[in-house]
Parts: sequence; C-alpha cells; structure tokens
Amino acid sequence: MVRDRDNDEWIKSLEAKGPIRESALADLREILSASLKSSLKSRSDYVDNMLDDFLQDSLIRILKALDQFQNRSRFVTWATSIAIRVAMTELRKRRWRDVSLEKLVADTNFDPVAEADDNMVPERRQLIEAMYRVINTQLTDKQRTVLLAEIKGMAQEEIAGQLGCSRNALYKLSHDARFRLKQELVKIGFDSQSFAVAFNG
Amino acid sequence: MSMTGEEIQRLLDVVRDTQAVEIDCDVCLMQVGEFAEVRLAGKPIAEGLKAIEQHLLICPECREEFEALCQAMNSIEKTES
Ligand SMILES: [Zn+2]
Repeated sequence: MVRDRDNDEWIKSLEAKGPIRESALADLREILSASLKSSLKSRSDYVDNMLDDFLQDSLIRILKALDQFQNRSRFVTWATSIAIRVAMTELRKRRWRDVSLEKLVADTNFDPVAEADDNMVPERRQLIEAMYRVINTQLTDKQRTVLLAEIKGMAQEEIAGQLGCSRNALYKLSHDARFRLKQELVKIGFDSQSFAVAFNG
Repeated sequence: MSMTGEEIQRLLDVVRDTQAVEIDCDVCLMQVGEFAEVRLAGKPIAEGLKAIEQHLLICPECREEFEALCQAMNSIEKTES
C-alpha cells in the first residue's frame, strides 16, 4: 500500500538517506507504474516489458530534477509528467529511428499546384498558395526541413539527432520558421480573420 | 509527393497559433502538471499558464504527453474514490 505524502514530505524523503528514501522511492515507483500503465495501455507500440526500463529511467530523471520542482502542483503530478516524457520520448525514438530525414524531405514538396482542389473556397486556396510561396522563397533549407519533418510527425529527438543539433536549437529553428511564415503572411494581408475564413472552408 | 490535406491543415494551425515569444518543451514539462490540475479542476487558466496553453497548441509531442497525463490523473482519481 502506497503511503500518502504531502509535497514537502516527498521531497524530504527523496533527498534523505537510508530506509526513508528507499520507502519513498518504492512508493513513487508504484504510483508511476500505475500511471504509465493507464496512459500507455491503448498504444499499439507499447508492450508491458518496456515498463521496468521506463520506470528506472524516470526515477533517475526525477531525482536529478528535484530542485526544479516549484511546488505549484502535487509532487506526484509533476513526477508523472516526467515519467510520461521519458516513456513517450523512447517510444517515438523507436518509431522513427529508421526514417531518414533527408529522404522524408526529398520525397515531399511544397507545390501549390498539386493541392489544386476545385471544391476549395478561394480564401483557403489563396492562403495555402501564399504559404507555400513563402516557404519556398523566404525560409532557409534547414527551416524548411524542420517545418516539414515536424508536420509529418517525425520525433523531435530524431530530427535533432539527424541534424546534429540540440533539442533547444531545433525548437529555435522551428519557431523561427513558423514565426517568419506568419509574419510574411501578415505582411501580404492575411490576418486572423482570413485564417478563420480559410479554416472554415 | 505533396502534403496531405491533413498535413496542410496542421501547418495552417501551427502558423496561426505561433507567437513572437514562446516557451520550449523543457519549460513546458516543468509546468504542465500544474496546468493539468487547473484544467481538470475546471478552473480558469491563470495568466502565468497561458504560455503552456499556447505551447500545447503548437507542439504535438507535449500535447500528446499532456493528454496522457490527464488520462493517468483521471484513472488514478477513479481508483482512489
Ligand atoms: Zn513541446
């Protein structure tokens, strides 16, 4: 049976030595085990024998990050969010590790003509055409690559790995690309109103 | 190969929701628990958590993890009550 603790007691116990710490670690492991099972059970890429590794890695990560806990949620909620990050990062890595970023990008183009659809409302078509034009003319190759790979759902960890950059650098690249795109679209007259029209079409 | 309709929609979505100043995935991780508790309690999102809300709109990975967190919190709550 897991013993209930308030946030202070969790932190103090995990920072302690000996049996107090061992007991807190065992309880935390049990809580995270239940949480991970319930949040991963519906995924086709998850099998139960992954759980021990996920828990082990999660506990290490949580202990390392204890000083970053800001006491703004229940400790257990915070710890669970870290465990989910650990598990999902690993699952994404497995799913994407054999996919070549270079090939993914080479196989896709931002060609507005290919999107021609007679049923599309003109506002939406104009927005898509303008967006493709900006992507093709205003973004760097790297920005275009990152944008496309993210839209295709490729794992950020894998994109960063194949580009040889950090996750933070990748986030900056992605943000620069999206923000540039938005700015250019606003500059040529698209605003939140036109986005709304295009979205409803 | 061109992009699918779904991918174009996703691209339009993230461009629309992009802001000049954003937080990254590491900052999101440290606060997403608080955000999830506020959301599950049905309380309004405080100003300090708006950046998390925006990040979850543009980052599919953090959004996927946030949904998993809510699912875990819901099922734990059910077993506790
Ligand atoms: Zn994120």
